Amino acid sequence: MAVDLQILKRVAYFAGFTPDELGEAARPFFEQSFKRGEIIALEDELADNLYIVASGVVKLFKTSADGKEQIMYLAHVGESISDVPVIDGLPNPASAQAMIPVDLYGINNVDMLALLDKYPKAKQNALKILADRVRHLSALVEDLSFKHVIGRVAAILLKYAGGDGAGSKARLTQQDMAAMAGTAREVVGRSLKMLEADGAISMNRHRIVISNKKALENMIETAV
Amino acid sequence: MAEMPYIDLDKCDSCALCIPVCRCGALVLVNNVITLIETEKCGWCCECEEICPLSAITCAFEIVFADE
Ligand code: SF4
Ligand code: SF4
Repeated sequence: MAVDLQILKRVAYFAGFTPDELGEAARPFFEQSFKRGEIIALEDELADNLYIVASGVVKLFKTSADGKEQIMYLAHVGESISDVPVIDGLPNPASAQAMIPVDLYGINNVDMLALLDKYPKAKQNALKILADRVRHLSALVEDLSFKHVIGRVAAILLKYAGGDGAGSKARLTQQDMAAMAGTAREVVGRSLKMLEADGAISMNRHRIVISNKKALENMIETAV
Repeated sequence: MAEMPYIDLDKCDSCALCIPVCRCGALVLVNNVITLIETEKCGWCCECEEICPLSAITCAFEIVFADE
């Protein structure tokens, strides 16, 4: 089966390629099909090939220790998967599964690296692809941690407000709150800013003043 | 007296990373010992805490209800 150049043309790695260059670059690619639900790549395993989605949709996901699946990305026609392990030679950061029947164009990692060496444009394009990934993942991290953490931060504030009853006030650093909420310090910082913007608390130097207890309580209920 | 962040001198190795991060100039080295100058200008931005590789400087918050 021949690789469809119309699809390769849409691939970000080949942006700016002339038709001749594209024809030449297409040579090492082979076609591979996967049934719905089939695993294309497994997290923590080494990747032999980089794939371009020629038809269908591929789900990229991670599985937590307790078996929960977190979708990282859905790759559509023209998008590539397994770029990161092919480029750095380390295991797959995520698993890939065919969400519907999928046709892929694969290229062996040695051939892919040779292609990047041969065409400086492709290397340039690769930087852009990886930068886009980082942006996407950063946004994901924010969503994942943030929406739920804000409720936990609200709970911590309510719990520690007013001290221990014996007259001494609790003093918590953002690091302390992060450890309690199971998140990063940066996320706590942003949660506090958001709670302040919502008018639930006010920050007065080293003092966090709870101005709207009810709002914090609602935050706990809606965020979990 | 202005409340200021807390420096644990047992942890601090005087690397001075926190000095340039502080926008109000509250952190200085005196005889190679990191020292906080008391100032209301310190807005408790926590950036000194964030940058310190040894967690030697901390900005703890007191949490209170508005009506207290
Ligand atoms: S909290 Fe901010 S302003 Fe205050 S000492 Fe630290 S860096 Fe400076
Ligand atoms: S960054 Fe931390 S270890 Fe370095 S001088 Fe400041 S307080 Fe000390």
